[in-house]
Amino acid sequence: MTEGKTKMTIRHHVSDQLLMAYSAGQLPEAFGLVVATHLSMCDECRARAGAFDAVGGSMIERCGTIAMDDGSLDAVLARLSGAPEPRPEPRRRKGLFPTPLADVIGGDLDAVKWRPIGMGVRQAILPMAKDASARLLHIPAGQAVPDHGHRGMELTLVLQGAFRDESDRFGPGDLEIADEEMEHTPVAEAGADCICLAATDAPLRFNSLMPRLLQPIFRI
Amino acid sequence: MTAEDSEGNWVPAMLAIRDRQDRAAFADLFRHFAPRVKAFLIKSGMSPALAEECAQDVMATLWQKAHLFDPERASVATWVFTIARNRRIDALRRAKRPEPEDLPWGPEPEPDQADAFEMQQETDRLGKALAQLPEKQRALIERAYFGDLSHTEIAEETGLPLGTIKSRIRLALEKLRHHMS
Ligand SMILES: [Zn+2]
Repeated sequence: MTEGKTKMTIRHHVSDQLLMAYSAGQLPEAFGLVVATHLSMCDECRARAGAFDAVGGSMIERCGTIAMDDGSLDAVLARLSGAPEPRPEPRRRKGLFPTPLADVIGGDLDAVKWRPIGMGVRQAILPMAKDASARLLHIPAGQAVPDHGHRGMELTLVLQGAFRDESDRFGPGDLEIADEEMEHTPVAEAGADCICLAATDAPLRFNSLMPRLLQPIFRI
Repeated sequence: MTAEDSEGNWVPAMLAIRDRQDRAAFADLFRHFAPRVKAFLIKSGMSPALAEECAQDVMATLWQKAHLFDPERASVATWVFTIARNRRIDALRRAKRPEPEDLPWGPEPEPDQADAFEMQQETDRLGKALAQLPEKQRALIERAYFGDLSHTEIAEETGLPLGTIKSRIRLALEKLRHHMS
């Protein structure tokens, strides 16, 4: 794949469940980060998210009214000094990472502080609210990721390269949504190393390579 | 358009704020939306005092960020909702919702009136469809938007007719992308 204008073909999108939760403001920050990053790469889901926001707009119209306090309008008018803020220049991505992700990392790929977790796989834990965790994974081309199951929900968004598991292939922009029942062994495709953003609301259980005993050390 | 017309077209008032800093237009928007935002926030679990404060903030943001409103992609009610939602996350969770990357091309200075009108109509149609959903289903969707359901409690099948409104937003996005290239 060439850099720049190449159009991505995204085949695995955000589910309605996640999009509604994102629109309603009910996603843990780590999941919100994954969704916002996918939306940055996928106009189809950005439009779907807009449709869910419109449901929220209907709620505002139809949820009734509670009178504002006396003097409320005047108080707000007094706050409005001058013209609305000029529209800021749209912020654009400078490298691989869409801006929601770059904001968390404080830069692009070269700013990531990777730590090896075995078999050539590296990860970087991202600072997130405690209700779910997010990390970047760097998997060498051709390498399998330790077989693992899930206790909660796990989202994996491909940023570069691709991986395959028992069910399908996931390329740049594709989002895999794994639930409790799923046990799988993702393998990075030959070619480019695979870089993913992953988020989970439960600690991962590795079945091999990473004894559960060691998990606290790696903070996952 | 009057403050009594609950399904009114508020786009001209927003553009009047953006282009002429029209305080009378702002007052109209305030009288319509502020009591709704306050009700929404109270139903979301806020105390009346906090809801009052946050509703005032939401309305002030409406003025300050008027340049970011794109009537081809959202109705004014939808835009008010997104500001209120973000204020709620900030107030109750002390967090920020991660937002998608800015589009490379912002709202057009002169929005296409027909497209903006269509978007308003679509939102009204969606509201009516929502009102006609079976009681149980509608109650679940309301609970989700009032922050009463976790992401795992929200159903994958929402039964919401979102196809046409999504298609309109999709077209507006394509138009913006086209402008850029
Ligand atoms: Zn998508």
